[in-house]
Amino acid sequence: MATSITPAREDSPEAGELVATTKGRYNVLTRYDRRVLMLMVGIPLLLDIVFIWWPTLSSILLSFTNYNGVGEVGWNNFIGLKNYQFMFSGYTLFWPAFLHNVIWLAWLAFIATPLGILFAVLLDRDIRGVGFYQSVFFLPVVLSLVIVGFIWELQFSPTEGFINNVLQRTSSTNIIDWLGNPRINLYAILIAATWRHVGYIMVIYLAGLKSVDPTLREAAKVDGANEIQIFFRVVFPVMAPINIVVVVITSIEALRAFDIAFIINQGKNGLELLSILITNNSISEASLVGFGSAIAVILLLISLVPIVIFLSRVMRTR
Amino acid sequence: MTRSRDPRGEKIVLPGTTIELPLDLDLTRRDVLKIAGYGSLAAFLAACGGGTATTTTSVTAKGGSMSLGSYLSDAVPKKGLQDVVDAFTKANGGTKVKVNTVDHGTYQNQINSYLQGTPEDVFTWFSGHRMRFFADKGLAAPIDDVWNEVKGNFTEGFANSVKGNDGHVYAIPTSYYPWAIFYRKDVFQQHSYNIPTNWDDFKKLAEQMKKDGLTPIAFADKDGWPAMGTFDILNLRMNGYDFHTELCVGKQKWTDSRVANVFKKWSEITPYYSPAFAGLTWQEAAKQLLQKKAGMYLLGLFVSEQFVASGNPDDLAQLDFFPFPDLGTNYDSEKALDAPIDVFMMAKKSPTLSADSGQAKAFLEFMSKGSTQITFWKASPGAIPTAKDADQSQYPALTKKAAQIVSGAKRITQFFDRDSRPDFSGPNSMQGFLLSYLANPKQDTSSLQGKMQSFWDSLPPE
Repeated sequence: MATSITPAREDSPEAGELVATTKGRYNVLTRYDRRVLMLMVGIPLLLDIVFIWWPTLSSILLSFTNYNGVGEVGWNNFIGLKNYQFMFSGYTLFWPAFLHNVIWLAWLAFIATPLGILFAVLLDRDIRGVGFYQSVFFLPVVLSLVIVGFIWELQFSPTEGFINNVLQRTSSTNIIDWLGNPRINLYAILIAATWRHVGYIMVIYLAGLKSVDPTLREAAKVDGANEIQIFFRVVFPVMAPINIVVVVITSIEALRAFDIAFIINQGKNGLELLSILITNNSISEASLVGFGSAIAVILLLISLVPIVIFLSRVMRTR
Repeated sequence: MTRSRDPRGEKIVLPGTTIELPLDLDLTRRDVLKIAGYGSLAAFLAACGGGTATTTTSVTAKGGSMSLGSYLSDAVPKKGLQDVVDAFTKANGGTKVKVNTVDHGTYQNQINSYLQGTPEDVFTWFSGHRMRFFADKGLAAPIDDVWNEVKGNFTEGFANSVKGNDGHVYAIPTSYYPWAIFYRKDVFQQHSYNIPTNWDDFKKLAEQMKKDGLTPIAFADKDGWPAMGTFDILNLRMNGYDFHTELCVGKQKWTDSRVANVFKKWSEITPYYSPAFAGLTWQEAAKQLLQKKAGMYLLGLFVSEQFVASGNPDDLAQLDFFPFPDLGTNYDSEKALDAPIDVFMMAKKSPTLSADSGQAKAFLEFMSKGSTQITFWKASPGAIPTAKDADQSQYPALTKKAAQIVSGAKRITQFFDRDSRPDFSGPNSMQGFLLSYLANPKQDTSSLQGKMQSFWDSLPPE
């Protein structure tokens, strides 16, 4: 392959045509290297286009149609912005679902995630049986959200469930309808989601805490800081990279919330979420593919916010 | 309901026959869009395969093979179908039947892409609007030739239920079950309750049951669809069959004052419902009836499954039902009720149908026999055979009575989600609307009705 022995500099026009420098070092790419590189970049790029960009663009395109899943999409399917118009003005479930996603995010951000961090901090020290506690809190993370949904459905069942029976709230006058009352059922399933989310955050945070230089803490202690000050003034700032990961995980979990609500009652009667509206409209027997896609596009736009924030931060630190 | 698009591009029709040859075997822009629409490989493969030419030469054939797609995924009916298939293989010269059983909910959700992809030759489905929908879309094959040979075995009601909008027959009805008010005979005896025949007596009885410490009317709507049963019967009996069916397909408005009346009437019995019903499944409410905690339950005959499952044969023996009480309207005499019919159909796009159509038709013919249906019923007694020549002498009293109440009805509907559009009956549409009504039955329903209508109006042409 090597056809020349001219010394190669990276900025030379021939760079890439050459194999070896006079010293025998390889510092530019050969054609073979380029082919390998093209394959290494090209295959993931192709997969990315086929499995991410193509469906995304198709969804955006379909969101302007009234396609119902039967036959082919034709020009007469295109109905302009009607789906969006209806979603924002006529469709009574869009804003409730949006609000539920926001509540979900707020709950995870202000209750579940801090709880996970708290457990991580508490379990990051030498107490007896620490492995046991960690396992207990981590156990729900191993379960899929579908299973979590099933478990909590049984706990929350009004007459046969564990919770109402323990609380002795099963008679007709004082029964608590955890899953059927649209005012409380969202919070009931948020408890279920928290049960799993706490363990997830705990493990990630615990791993981060292990990597914090112990001398920092000792120095803070010598300076007379108490435990709370040490955590907020020293450990927390040092953990910045992990904190970003936690923030991103929390927002992604809130945006992709789906499984538990769908298992409980297919996401109706107070459990509407954007992801569920997409599924029930486009993938179910209803087959309102166009309308479902329009909701999906909105969810995509919302999802872009945390993704862009995350990526811009990551790129800046690099 | 006109078809807005030709489902499969251009075709050549061979002169003097009904044989159609598809021209568009290559991928078009539309095909590509379609693939994007599904994101499924199955649709892609179907597009590559092109349409299937159907011939109508001889009606049935023996031997060979065929395939059958089934949503009978629960153990009990699944075994019933296997018994039937085994009997068919034996009777039809050893025809091999490949059964593809799919979880009931998944099957229903994916029916659209299933029928457009590579469906089996014969598939299980529902009659009514849901059957006509796929017939209109050209995804079901007409079976007039089979029907001509077996129609003597069905009443006119069944015959009407399997006709498409184009007048062709698309399905063989195989079983059905009525909706009625179920109760336990021993509970009624113990309290010496009488069967109510009119609305006032019905409410008085509910009041009495409340005093006796029972939940008067078991009700559960976590699943979303059970409430439709109550809406159906009230609308049928107050506003008549014609109004109800027209409402279901959008020819009447949801904002109509007659719909408001239904909700008003309904609110007279909601105080007697099971507490926390929006969080209960129908099985849990059935248990309330089974355990003598509740007095009555408006549900389909399948409520008996829970009584079978209790393991005590006396429970099933105590289960009985009475027809919905008269409301004192002009429509009482129609005695209309929900009696959903399950059917077997032929999938037009099945890649093997051209080769297997004789066997598939033989199977449909076999399914229309009383003896076949009894075989299925013995394994799975939750629904009643449709054939006239089914041996009714083996029926227990409850099944006999269920058959009677349906044959006495002048008008039969298929249940809301089978009579209406699927996109209107889903969890985020009608089911959700009814749940928000039930959360506060005393509300002024005009704004809710407005939401229903505007949702209907937003739906694309079917």
